Amino acid sequence: MNAICVGHRSAGCAEALAEVAVLHRPSVLLTASLLLWIVKIEEVLAGGLDLGGFVQLHGAVRTSGVDCPPETVCDVPFNEQRLRLSAEGSGLAGAAGFAGKLDLIHDAALNKADVEVRELYADYNADRYTVRGGRQIITWGVGDLLFINDTFPKNWVAFFSGLPLEYLKLGSDAVKLDAFPAFADLEVIVARFRQDRRPDARQFVIASPFPPELPQDIEEPSAPEVNVRLARYLGSWDGALYFSYTHFRAPALQRRGDIVQGEFPRLSTYGASLTGPLWNGVLSLEAGYYHSLEDRDGTDPSIDNSQTRLLAGYSREIAHDTTVGVQGYAEWMHDYDGYRRSRPPGYPERDRLRTVATLRFTQFHRHQTLRLSLFAFWGLSEGDGYLIPSLRYAFSDALWGELGANLFMGNRNGQFGALGDNDNLYATLRYAF
Amino acid sequence: MRFHHSLLALALTWTVTAQAQPTAEDIVARSLEAFYYAGEDQRARVTMRLINPQGKERQREMTLLRKNFGGGGEQRYYTYFHEPDDIKGTAFMVWKYPAREDDRWIFIPAIQLVRRIAADDKRSSFVGSDFTYEDVSGREVADETHSLRGEETLAGRPVYRIESIPKTKVDYARRVSWIDRQRFLPLKEEYYDVRGERLRTFNADEVQEVNGYWTVTRRTMRDAQSGHRTEVAYDEVEYNVGVTEDLFSERYLRRPPQRWVR
Repeated sequence: MNAICVGHRSAGCAEALAEVAVLHRPSVLLTASLLLWIVKIEEVLAGGLDLGGFVQLHGAVRTSGVDCPPETVCDVPFNEQRLRLSAEGSGLAGAAGFAGKLDLIHDAALNKADVEVRELYADYNADRYTVRGGRQIITWGVGDLLFINDTFPKNWVAFFSGLPLEYLKLGSDAVKLDAFPAFADLEVIVARFRQDRRPDARQFVIASPFPPELPQDIEEPSAPEVNVRLARYLGSWDGALYFSYTHFRAPALQRRGDIVQGEFPRLSTYGASLTGPLWNGVLSLEAGYYHSLEDRDGTDPSIDNSQTRLLAGYSREIAHDTTVGVQGYAEWMHDYDGYRRSRPPGYPERDRLRTVATLRFTQFHRHQTLRLSLFAFWGLSEGDGYLIPSLRYAFSDALWGELGANLFMGNRNGQFGALGDNDNLYATLRYAF
Repeated sequence: MRFHHSLLALALTWTVTAQAQPTAEDIVARSLEAFYYAGEDQRARVTMRLINPQGKERQREMTLLRKNFGGGGEQRYYTYFHEPDDIKGTAFMVWKYPAREDDRWIFIPAIQLVRRIAADDKRSSFVGSDFTYEDVSGREVADETHSLRGEETLAGRPVYRIESIPKTKVDYARRVSWIDRQRFLPLKEEYYDVRGERLRTFNADEVQEVNGYWTVTRRTMRDAQSGHRTEVAYDEVEYNVGVTEDLFSERYLRRPPQRWVR
């Protein structure tokens, strides 16, 4: 089924598959897709085919004592069972390759079935360049859960629900060229727009500036996005330059009569990063300039202003199997006067400078079968915070389980504090095959 | 250059005064050379079995590529994980320097992320096994003070018995090693704490000659305190196969070189 989708726009295929999934019993779909999957791949590849996957159960209970609005799933906002089917293979003596990861999801919280094409791409490897075409996950930059030059699509719902970290990243439907001239590694990506998945009223209790009953008309851009990265080793340091001609991944919303209209404005980003050894640890530096192309003077209240973003991080192993990482992050809004003048009444005023600090603590026990972890965001300027403690245990090579929490605190107008009614305790169990 | 020059000098001394007793430092230096530096490069398919005291087993399968750079002891390592399923596709790269901290990178396939990792503690466990990073990619002669305690026979092989005391505080206080007098491979090592309690035992279970280099192809590290052990098999070992420098780069972390990783 997915091999059929290769020639088309993958996102469209994903939507089509999702519709099929809703119409049919998941077990029928599962069998059909599995068979087609194997048959199609066998045709393409002479050998070297690798099949696998996992079954994953994930649920989270809301721990904030709150009266949810009727449209929100209140007590157990996340409860899903997921079957991952994956296949990869290579041929032509390593010159050609292929990979696909398909998730069949039963979402018991929202009472629906879904199919998600996580990745589906073909590779061509030449001596001096490689090409990857199809849906692919792309991660840029050196930040730890703080993104500057990584403007690729993300799934914040998955992240706030405690799903494994890989689900924070959504695949891009893109063609990626990597070339390896002597002076640097060059990466050029041409991608279709894909929006972030953001918290919505079905699973989150969040304040919205618009009445929930108003219909929303949100238009996705069709123009392509271009991303360029140039990277090289500078002695023991890794340096990189980044450029993206992209879009904001959250819509700029405006009320027009009895409808909320939204579009994704154009954005250009320019940036650089440097990471390397310092005092027996790793220092990471990243900077970026966000040029808000459709709000150049900062007076359109629905579109984010241009920004400069800076990040410095340091991580070090402080004892056996124990690593600590800290980061400082700053976001400087340009055209602040324009923003203040045009801010509609009733909206909380944002600071010109937004600062965040993070802490990561990871410790392994019992031959790395038990992992204790804490990630903390501290909104320095906004006076809020977000804590993610977790405990993961590997029962065997195939089976692991994780218990954790997502805890939001502080100022309700801050980026983390705004999610204050959505504290949860989550559990995940994954069996790989 | 220090490292290899001293070995060269050692080899010359050896030839000239074949009867003279080598010092403990010489023996340890030669042993490290035989164990970690054999050939110009190496490829191996490695299976690690992590066995807990109840006999429950976990397994890691990897392809290991290693290349020596110059004579100064500089090396690069590339490790690709084939098993278990949950970490399949993960690749790990080390640029090892004799006089300063190593550079380490890891590629996490699920999010297509190449990340530098902090490398301060070489005594940390390698992928949950009883081997440390240092056990896998080597230590330096000067990290410990060595003394020759005698010449014996171990499992039919003539060996030197060497006692080594770390110069800085690490997780062991004393190490005793039995080093083959002809092949210079360590056949057994015991690590002790300050109270003289045994912590870990290394055993070379099988030694084979591959492309002219004596190689420990089966080895075990036992944790004497917990009863946990790790058994390692080196299969498909090859030396001097032409592993090139460009392999040790971000490009091949992201896409394993098919020629070598199979």
